Formats: sequence, structure tokens, C-alpha cells
Amino acid sequence: MLEGVIHQIMSGIATGGIYASVALALVMIYQATHHVNFAQGEMATFSTYVTLMFINAGFPYWVALAIGVALSFAAGVAIERVLMRPLANAPVLASVGVFVGLLLVINSLSGWFFDYTIKQFPTPFPDHPMLGGYLSGHELGSTAVTLIVLLSVYLFFRYTRLGLAMRAAAFNATSSRLVGVRVGWMLALGWGLAAAIGAIAGCMVAPIVFLDPNMMGGILLYAFAGALLGGIDNPLGAVIGGFMVGIIENLGGAYLVGTELKLTLALVIIVAVLTIKPTGLMGRRVYSRV
Amino acid sequence: MTMRASWLFPVLVILAAAVPVAFMTNYHLFQLTMVVVYGIAILGLALLTGFNGQISLGHGAFYAIGAYTTAILMSTWNVPYWATLPVSAAVCALVGFLIGLPALRLGGLYLALTTFALAVAIPQILKYKGIDDWTGGVQGLVIDKPDAPFGLDLSADAWLYLFTLGVAVILYVIGWNIVRGRVGRAMMAIRDHAMAAETMGINLAMVKTRTFALSAMYTGLAGSLGAIAVQFVAPDSFGVFVSIFLFVGLVVGGVSSIGGTLLGAAFVEFVPNLADQVSKAAPGAVYGVILIAIMFLMPAGAGGFLGGLWRKVVRTR
Repeated sequence: MLEGVIHQIMSGIATGGIYASVALALVMIYQATHHVNFAQGEMATFSTYVTLMFINAGFPYWVALAIGVALSFAAGVAIERVLMRPLANAPVLASVGVFVGLLLVINSLSGWFFDYTIKQFPTPFPDHPMLGGYLSGHELGSTAVTLIVLLSVYLFFRYTRLGLAMRAAAFNATSSRLVGVRVGWMLALGWGLAAAIGAIAGCMVAPIVFLDPNMMGGILLYAFAGALLGGIDNPLGAVIGGFMVGIIENLGGAYLVGTELKLTLALVIIVAVLTIKPTGLMGRRVYSRV
Repeated sequence: MTMRASWLFPVLVILAAAVPVAFMTNYHLFQLTMVVVYGIAILGLALLTGFNGQISLGHGAFYAIGAYTTAILMSTWNVPYWATLPVSAAVCALVGFLIGLPALRLGGLYLALTTFALAVAIPQILKYKGIDDWTGGVQGLVIDKPDAPFGLDLSADAWLYLFTLGVAVILYVIGWNIVRGRVGRAMMAIRDHAMAAETMGINLAMVKTRTFALSAMYTGLAGSLGAIAVQFVAPDSFGVFVSIFLFVGLVVGGVSSIGGTLLGAAFVEFVPNLADQVSKAAPGAVYGVILIAIMFLMPAGAGGFLGGLWRKVVRTR
């Protein structure tokens, strides 16, 4: 029993890492623009396909991953400049409409270019159990990669001038502009970073769930749940929330509701957080003047 | 003059809508039936999103609940198809009301997100083993297409088209009156400025939850009619894409245009057929591109655009 629980928690942490990365990507865009990117998952899936294309073309795994991440970064910046900039002050319905449109387009492009068959995705990590058999080599490796990504994002925002400027732009656009921060470009960079993080998350999860155009649908939902649980305006909270959702999902799937209702669990978490504690565990309450 | 002209148009549309029965093939009548069905579903979404400002990306869930209510009643208890509609309406209104309660606390974006989660989760819930005596599990349920009553000389498809059309006319008239009346003004006031509406004495919680119930009822009834027309329900036919298609139809028709819902419905029904000939991936891409284009170029949708033209014509006479 205990053995089983530990096993579930360990693999919960492994999948939670993926949710944490996607949740972080969502929060980065939310913080800066107050939009939730419904297309985040599809963007990550597309990036994963592009990476696979480079791997199949004979590039070594890590080189292909780097190219995929760089291209995703560029695509993220481009999407912000072209599609999102004009809608900066549009009503919520317009932004939701564009995000849903983006989701449909990218999903179809994935199917169009790379067809709908389920594909295997290689892993660079050894193929034998580790940590006393609790985790596979890939699970351990992908958790390590996730933690490195999260740590470098933290260091970037905490210790570099660019990171500081991006935080300033998200925190108070008008004041940042007055001290010379180019707010528009900071938002575009945020989109690029979010797309890049999504690409890494996609490549880390693809060997587990296999690659098809709808791969990230469920994962996006868990990431939403994680981001809300931790507080949608708090990056650290989103990461912790992502890990928690991973653990809850695995324990719940094993002992509570069975694997068939796992997605419903995400729905329950979302509704519960939004009704009981809408700010999440670490979010700020927002007051507005009328 | 204006009054008569604005009445004339819907009446002409209804009369024209009954004409295809005379000469169309059964398959084309089935397609028209589905247009009407989607029209009702999108009208439900328009009442909620367009007139009350609550964005739902999960109305496929209510469509599914309506479809399953009808299918279960017809296949398990042999209830006649027309008698399942009131039950389905009641069930969906109740579920909509219950979902509307937490939705009260959610602003625009969060509601979109939560309903999106509902849409993603619904096939799993329908497949759940605990209820598969009723729902038929993954296999779903098959139901019979009703024949024309009273010995009418009509094919089953023709009769179902007329029946659906009749239900739709009733629902559209009711919807039209609600929107034009006191309740409708309250709904729109909440959409435009919730706080101002509240100071005017509108009970926000009551209007919003009731709108949610009404909207769910419309979409659920559409689900019932759709199930009868398709003669089959299964969890995988109610994936997240149903909700997204309804949302696309809503935006294409114009979020707060009642006539536009039919344009949106025709778009949802026919565009995939056309685009499918290009590639399997094309319908999604076309939907997505058009959705984005409309958000940029024609935020009031085709219905809003044509409605504006119509008003101009009426005024100049």
C-alpha cells in the first residue's frame, strides 16, 4: 500500500512537472496581458512536431530540441506582434475568440503537415527504472529538465535587467514606459518565452503519451487547474500548483475515481478553486476602483 | 410601416423554410434539419454570451445532456420522441441553473475557462461505467427515426424537418420576446455594466442564473432534436469540438443577433462539408481563420452586418 502510494506520488511529480511548465507559460502571458492562452497546448504540440522533424532529419536530440525551442520562441513573438497587439484593449470575447481560432488553426496545421497518426517520440534518457524502481529513466530525466527550466526562468526574472524590465512592463505598463522600457516588445518576449517553455514541455511529455495533434488537450486542462490552484498571477504559485495537480491526479486516478474520470478531476479542481478561493493559494486579491 | 416590415421578414423566412419539403432529397432535408438544430443551440448560446455577456465554451455539454436525455427516454422507456422534449428541457434547465451558480462568481475569462474544462470532460463523464446501463457506455445508444403521424404522406426526414422547424419557430418567438422585454433589457444591462445594472435594482444573481438555465434549456432541446435526427448518441460525438463549433457559429452569426444564429448554424453545417473536400484538416483551419478574421473585421458577425443593412433599407422606404 505505502509502496504504491509512494510510487503514485513520484510519478505524480514527474507529470506534475509538465503541468507546472505549461502552467508557468499560461501565467507568464496572463500576468502581462490578462489573457489566458487557450492555444498554449496546441502551440506546444506543434513545436514538438517540428522538433521531431529535425530529429528525423538526423540532428542529435539536444540540437533538434534547441532548434525547436528557438523556432517556437520566434513563432510566439510573431503571434503576439501580429494577432494579439491589435486586441490589447478589446473586450474579453474578442480575445477568447482569437485564442479559440488560433487553437483550431494550429491544431489543423499539425494534422495537415504531420498527419493524424499517433507517433512515437524519442527520449534522450536511459530506458531503465531508477530511484529504486519508482521512476523510469525518462520520468526522472524529464523532471530534471523541467526543474532546470523553471530554475532558469526564475533566475532570468530575478537577476537580469531584461527580466526586470519584463516584470516592470507586466506590473505597471505606464510607469515602465516612462522609464524607457519598451513595453510592447516585453510582451512579445513574454509570448516567445511562453512558447519556448511549452515546446520543452511538449517534448518531455511526448515520449509518455505519444505524439498526435490532440496530445496537449488534457494537459492544458491540468495546467489550467494548476495555475488556478497556485494563483493565476503568481508564477511560483503556478509551478507549485502544477506539481500538486500532478500528484492529486495520480493519487485520485489510482485510489479515488479511476483512470476514466481523470479529466473530470481537473474540472472539479478548477470549479472548487474558483468558488472556494478564487485567488488560488498564492495569488493576490485584486481590488478595482469604480 | 417599420413595424410591419420587421414582422414581414421572419414570416417570409418561415414560409420559405417549409418549401424545401416539396422537392429536396432526404439527405438534404436532414442537413436542413441540422441547420435548424444548430440554430436553436446557437440561439441558446447567444442568449447567454451575446445578451448577457457570460462567455461559455462548453455548451456542447448541454447539447450532449439534451441528446442523452432524449435517447435514454426513447430507448429505455419507449417514450414517444415529442414527449421527451419537455423532460429534456427541464433536465437541461436544472443542470444549467446549477452550473450557473458557481459561474456567478466567475468573471468573463474564468467562466470561459471553466466551461471549456466542462466541454473537455463531458465525453469521459458519459463513458463512466457507473451509468453505462443508461448511457450505453462507449457504444452509445441507437434510436429510431419517428414516422410522420396522422397518416401524412411524408418521408420520415421530411416530417422531422417540419417538426424541428415548428419547435424552432416557437423557441425563436419566445427568445425574441424575452430579449425585447424587461428581462432581456436586464440581461443586456448586466452585460454592459453589471454594477450600474445592480444600482438600478436588477438582481444580478437571479438574472444571471436564470439566463444560464434558459440558455442551457435551448441548447439541450437542440441536442434532443439533433439526437432524433442523427438517430444515434455516443460519448465521442460530443467532444470539445461541439462546443467550439457552437461558439464559432455564434461568432460568425453575430453574438447578439437572433437572426444571425441561423446564418451561424448554416456556416457550421455546410462549411465543413465544403472544406472537407480539400483536406481532413481543412475544416478546423477554415473555422479558425474565419473566427480570427471576424474578430478583427466584423465584430458584430454576419447577422449584425446584415441586420444593419436591413435597418437601412427599412428606414429609407
